[in-house]
Amino acid sequence: MKRFKKILGGFSIYSITFISSFLILLILLVIMINIIRGGWSNLTWEFLTTPPREGMTAGGIFPAIFGTFFLVIIMSILSVPIGIISAIYLSEYASSGSIFVKLIRFAINTLAGVPSIVFGLFGLGFFIQFVGKGLDSVLYGNAILKWGQPNVLWAGTTLALLTLPVVVVSVEEAIRAVPRDLREASLSLGATKWQTIKKIVIPNSLTGILTGTILAVSRGAGEVAPILFTGAAYFLPYLPSSLSDQFMNLGYHIYIMSTQSPNVEETIGIQYATTLVLLLLTFTLNFTAIFLRYKVREKLRTGR
Amino acid sequence: MEVKQDSSLLKRKFRPTEFIAEFFIKLISFFSFIVIILIFVFVFREASPILTYTPTLQEIPEEELLQETYGEESLENLNIGPRKTLEEHQVELESEPKSIWQNIFGLRWEPISAQPKYGVIPLILGSLKVTLIALLFATPIGILSALYTSQFAPKWLREILKPSIEILAGFPSVVIGFFALIVMASFFQEIFGYTYRLNAFVGGLAMSLAVIPIIYTVTEDSLAAIPKSYIEASLALGAERWQTALFVVLPAATPGIFAAILLGFGRAFGETMIVLMATGNAALATLSIFDPVRTMAATIGAEMAEVVFGEFHYNILFFLGAILFIFTFALNAIAEFVVRNKLMKRFSGGK
Repeated sequence: MKRFKKILGGFSIYSITFISSFLILLILLVIMINIIRGGWSNLTWEFLTTPPREGMTAGGIFPAIFGTFFLVIIMSILSVPIGIISAIYLSEYASSGSIFVKLIRFAINTLAGVPSIVFGLFGLGFFIQFVGKGLDSVLYGNAILKWGQPNVLWAGTTLALLTLPVVVVSVEEAIRAVPRDLREASLSLGATKWQTIKKIVIPNSLTGILTGTILAVSRGAGEVAPILFTGAAYFLPYLPSSLSDQFMNLGYHIYIMSTQSPNVEETIGIQYATTLVLLLLTFTLNFTAIFLRYKVREKLRTGR
Repeated sequence: MEVKQDSSLLKRKFRPTEFIAEFFIKLISFFSFIVIILIFVFVFREASPILTYTPTLQEIPEEELLQETYGEESLENLNIGPRKTLEEHQVELESEPKSIWQNIFGLRWEPISAQPKYGVIPLILGSLKVTLIALLFATPIGILSALYTSQFAPKWLREILKPSIEILAGFPSVVIGFFALIVMASFFQEIFGYTYRLNAFVGGLAMSLAVIPIIYTVTEDSLAAIPKSYIEASLALGAERWQTALFVVLPAATPGIFAAILLGFGRAFGETMIVLMATGNAALATLSIFDPVRTMAATIGAEMAEVVFGEFHYNILFFLGAILFIFTFALNAIAEFVVRNKLMKRFSGGK
């Protein structure tokens, strides 16, 4: 009887945990198949390279792709250097007990947990209403409204804050994977700390820096909540050409097309295809990042 | 053994480049802390006017604006009462409670009406409802599959599972929202036959897709941190693999699992796009899970683009943001405290 209980217990634990894992894989597969099936037939070269036509019921999504890239580039220019430097400080200079380090770590963890919509509010309250309006009154004496309104710069800056923890975490992991011996060898040859960081630590953690950048880009490309009121536009007849322009965005396009558009049924093909484009973009980026991180971890494990 | 030190040799030479490099690195790395402070200050700054707000008799606009609903359901008759005549309004205005707090903690959220009501209770209730539904699904699935991955899964399956979870974690929330809106809503309506296609249940279920990866990852990490000696001791005493997993490994990881649930809670509570697209966005203070709900985050997302800067409505949306911020801030702090103090102490030889 006891033996029977043991076998039954073992069997049920195995199966229930297996079913949970299987369920996750199944959900993932169902979503991907559904979106690929819905969007594949609409995904043509023309769809990717032309602007929307006829009140967004026909045509392509080129402005949204362009806007997303523009946004993500501004975001990376800001978040990647700051993220790398913060990671260098945390792993190379900081003594782990100091209150300063604890503050920074706490701040990065908190940043990672702040809801994305709160970043949007901050972008509106700080960048647009405070910095932007301030710039306008200093530069133009409030004569024109240039920076004090939603635009691609403020949206990119807001996203940069959101993705900063992503960069810090993966760069720090990569820097920790650089073997101690290399640093010690460099230092014992008379190199200073900064020289060691510049010549040994950074070149050896380039993979991790790349991983962090890719992850940040993938996260930034898919976020919609922070840009809802910091710069995304429903429809623009022109492509954004300066930092003070509004922009179209893939995620935002999906959102408005599926909830705000008067003829949701009619444009379902476009919605699916847009979703597929966004999914393919983030999927490719994430996959690359996972692969690169796998290599970093391998290096950390074997010490080579 | 004492070694005589030649202080002239060991004295650090002052190198300007070194000093400048360290100074700038330190300065820039302090940036994230400054950002947190700024978020704190500016979200509260924009929310603060509600504290000093004195309600005045508002004029009735010529056209009464109807509250917008997002999604396909038209719910005007549910949350907007019958149109009132001018006299009725006047009477109501005089009998209305004057305190702004009575308005804020009221049961109705009708910001765009002749007599705006900013009751946040239905919104908080909505957020909690969706979050709890999401956790109800995500917690068991996340924890059990983490247990499977770390304890039972063969290596090849583990190498499929872990990247798959990362792919799921990388799904933009707008994609999950879209899937919920187009596919899940109709699918579950056919099964359960509820009245409104978009409701708290569909939103919560979609949200669980965003929460599963968090709960899974944090749980998996804490399961992996359990010392090998625990497992070996249990196996050596004759326990089966599953008994070890269930009675040794899982209990040892409780602080980590607790932290995982807290982090999942925070994520779900603050998530915007999924709920904005999949919950119907009607501010109803009911308890049924098949009613449409409007969460705090979705309210901010839907209404902020249309409000006038500096208006009371603008301030109250920042007030909602401040609640979200404080709440997730507290959750993260607790989760970190639990992991750092309980889990680490337990494994590093403490009690």
